[in-house]
Amino acid sequence: MMKTFLDKVLAKADYQAVRLLSILREVQAQYRHIPGEAIDLLAEALNIPRTQIISVVEFYSFLHLTPQGRYDILISDSITDHMLDKENLLSYFSSALQVKVGDVRSDGLVSLNNTSCTGMCDQGPAGLINGMALTRLDRPKIDEIAALVAAEKPLSEWPAHLFIVSDNIHKTGLLLASSLDGGAAIRATFSRGIAETQAELDRSGLRGRGGAGFKTAMKWRFCAEEKSDTHYVVCNADEGEPGTFKDRVLLNSYADQVFEGMTVCAAIIGASRGFLYLRGEYLHLHDKLQAILQKRREAGLLGSGILGSNLNFDIEICLGAGAYICGEESALIESLEGKPGIPRNRPPYPVTSGYLNKPTVVNNVETFMAAANIAARGGDWFSDFGTEKSAGSKILSICGDCEKPGIYEYPFGVSIRQILTDCGADDVMGVQIGGPSGTFIGNQELDRQLAFEDLATGGSFIIFNNSRNVLAIAQNFTHFFAHESCGFCTPCRVGTSLLKNQLDKIVGGHGSAGDVVELESLCHLVKNNSHCGLGQTAANPILTTLQRYPDLYQKQLKDISYEPGFDLDGALEIARRMAHRDDAAAHLSQVED
Amino acid sequence: MTGTINIDGQNIPFEEGQTIIEAATAAGIYIPHLCHKPGYTPHGSCKLCTVKVNGRNCSACTFPAADGQTVINNSDELQQDRRRITQMLFVEGNHMCPSCEKSGNCQLQGVAYHLNMLDNHFPHFFAHREVDASHPDILIDHNRCIFCNLCVRASKEKDGKNVFAIAGRGINKRLIVNSPSGQLKDSDIAPGDCAAHVCPTGAILIKRTGYQVPIGQRIYDHHQISEVALAEETGHGE
Ligand SMILES: Cc1cc2nc3c(=O)[nH]c(=O)nc-3n(C[C@H](O)[C@H](O)[C@H](O)COP(=O)(O)O)c2cc1C
Ligand code: SF4
Ligand code: SF4
Ligand code: FES
Repeated sequence: MMKTFLDKVLAKADYQAVRLLSILREVQAQYRHIPGEAIDLLAEALNIPRTQIISVVEFYSFLHLTPQGRYDILISDSITDHMLDKENLLSYFSSALQVKVGDVRSDGLVSLNNTSCTGMCDQGPAGLINGMALTRLDRPKIDEIAALVAAEKPLSEWPAHLFIVSDNIHKTGLLLASSLDGGAAIRATFSRGIAETQAELDRSGLRGRGGAGFKTAMKWRFCAEEKSDTHYVVCNADEGEPGTFKDRVLLNSYADQVFEGMTVCAAIIGASRGFLYLRGEYLHLHDKLQAILQKRREAGLLGSGILGSNLNFDIEICLGAGAYICGEESALIESLEGKPGIPRNRPPYPVTSGYLNKPTVVNNVETFMAAANIAARGGDWFSDFGTEKSAGSKILSICGDCEKPGIYEYPFGVSIRQILTDCGADDVMGVQIGGPSGTFIGNQELDRQLAFEDLATGGSFIIFNNSRNVLAIAQNFTHFFAHESCGFCTPCRVGTSLLKNQLDKIVGGHGSAGDVVELESLCHLVKNNSHCGLGQTAANPILTTLQRYPDLYQKQLKDISYEPGFDLDGALEIARRMAHRDDAAAHLSQVED
Repeated sequence: MTGTINIDGQNIPFEEGQTIIEAATAAGIYIPHLCHKPGYTPHGSCKLCTVKVNGRNCSACTFPAADGQTVINNSDELQQDRRRITQMLFVEGNHMCPSCEKSGNCQLQGVAYHLNMLDNHFPHFFAHREVDASHPDILIDHNRCIFCNLCVRASKEKDGKNVFAIAGRGINKRLIVNSPSGQLKDSDIAPGDCAAHVCPTGAILIKRTGYQVPIGQRIYDHHQISEVALAEETGHGE
């Protein structure tokens, strides 16, 4: 029976080992885990070692070697969810479903756990059930969900209101306000000419919207100049940076423009295949996007001979499976190849050696959307907005303490203060710009600008009011990085866990003189020696808050010269359980006060 | 492209395609390393070989040499970071050196001596790791694995097999064995395989060869790892 199922899945994947992740997603959905028998059958059918399959299963949070519940519920652990009372809701969920957090209920019906930010920070507390997004969770909704689970009603028959995902666009600008007819950018590219369109892109000054800000025209030119029989276009829709959700909205309401941008890129670099790498958390968008691709094929905007030209290009959607690191472009490519998302050594860069070692352009969703509009309207249309070094506009996902969380588009150069006014934020303590990997700014810095030359962001903009605790914020972010480190390189694999433990020790009141100094030097070690952007930015939450609030850290420290990181009382826990004791004499205090 | 690079003030030549560590080794300059081994595809994961190239930190074992580079290898700052990274490897696993068969021949120890590492500095993780003694001739003690990936590459690239892989994520990394049971005895490893001998630590050992050389008379008991590495690696380098 399993064989019949796998044969179907394998046939759909064309028996290609590069599609391992999507194959395993289907196996997980069917059996609630990847059974050993499936591993053996897949290894044989795909002609890959079983260790590759096990490595992939262990790498991605949404794949499991042991069965999860038939209803597998994950609650988003983003700081914004915490600010919306997530912790209490999670306990409520746990008692409503009679399952401990992190466990599968003994009858196998339901499992409950935490998951990294699901990209719904403007409509949290959020979660996922069998991969489908849940938003605005509250007690009545949890009661409703618990009843549906108890009745074992198939997910497809659950009421739609549980799964509403809103765009919440509050401020449109250059991109969001303009509409683009299907094919307009491709037509303009053909009629203007490839080289001329390249020149327009160059003139536009467009820089990548995924965070790093590399000039898009330059990236495309490097890739186009690589001699190779094949080139690839990849759209990075992994959007894993906590607090970022603008790509979800762009794909929900502007997908045609994104696909159009990818097609223009294909025409310029000479690619015939493209991929949309969609984070697993956005499963709810999958079918809709497939339908849009199909419509574009029928309209002659994808497939062979696009709009009667000699351009052949099509796009495949690949779903991720819960790994922030897969947003890093070379890890993303590894993932597309059916492997764990471990960042590659560079050089070579993807433009010379990317997917299957062929020249590959990887760009963010918003970058492709901007490129499509530039191809249609010319470079000046774009560069007229923004600053000299940061042309055009930036689409922000705003969340946290404000009246109107959602999507806002601004020309680059706008002040943080302006943004806060527009979204209705007052009593601001600070803003996390660019997500945990970005910068925390305090309320003394609100006249700074949003721009690559001042405060850069991939889109994340999280607001904290004066009731929030800076250390709790740093802790949430630091835990996030330790959880998401791919583990490839020593400084980040070990260092992010050391950072987490050291920060917990201090915040937990177990730190002593020297512990903050030690924390800071560990931050620099991880930052300076890590292999990729994840490790290089994992200490930012601590570094940027420590710089602004040194006293908050110092105040946590005990007045003794040394305290062990070792939890004496905690270490007795097993002994207590074995001896069935919990009396005072069975406990130890950490130090003699 | 050939040319010269400058390492700590010394001009050295390199050949097209060489990494910084290859050029350095050929010129008799030691750059600390654990996951690098001449003749193996570079991996770039341990980060011990971190050097400053034109002011930026790079892994010497993967970064290509290019004409005119200024490389800093032997600075206090880099040595201090390397010491800390080595300490990370010690606290991540469970390294009980005095009772380990590899003691004295272990490159992790050798590097630690070289970097003048005197304590573990960081709190221990006390990770729970297994020992796989299932194979009649080869032992895996996961407590000592530093995820350098050399056994994985040795099996693939030298032995033409696929016995090992590294699975897991983050701090939960683990070495896994390609066999139906997951145990070494059911894999197709042979005692003569490179993969059985390449481990820089005592994580993979050949059984019944223990203590043939007494502790105290082993390699790093008497020689700096820098001398040993240069002597061995200039012989092997292509
Ligand atoms: C840990 C990490 C996560 C990343 N996540 C994303 C992401 O979710 N989306 C994205 O577009 N870029 C992400 N990036 C940046 C990509 O590596 C890459 O620079 C980007 O996709 C290039 O596209 P752009 O030039 O259009 O920005 C991430 C980088 C790192 C280091
Ligand atoms: S820095 Fe972290 S995420 Fe990046 S390669 Fe190293 S371990 Fe992996
Ligand atoms: S077993 Fe040895 S060779 Fe293999 S990864 Fe671990 S430390 Fe490296
Ligand atoms: S020797 Fe270069 S990273 Fe390990």
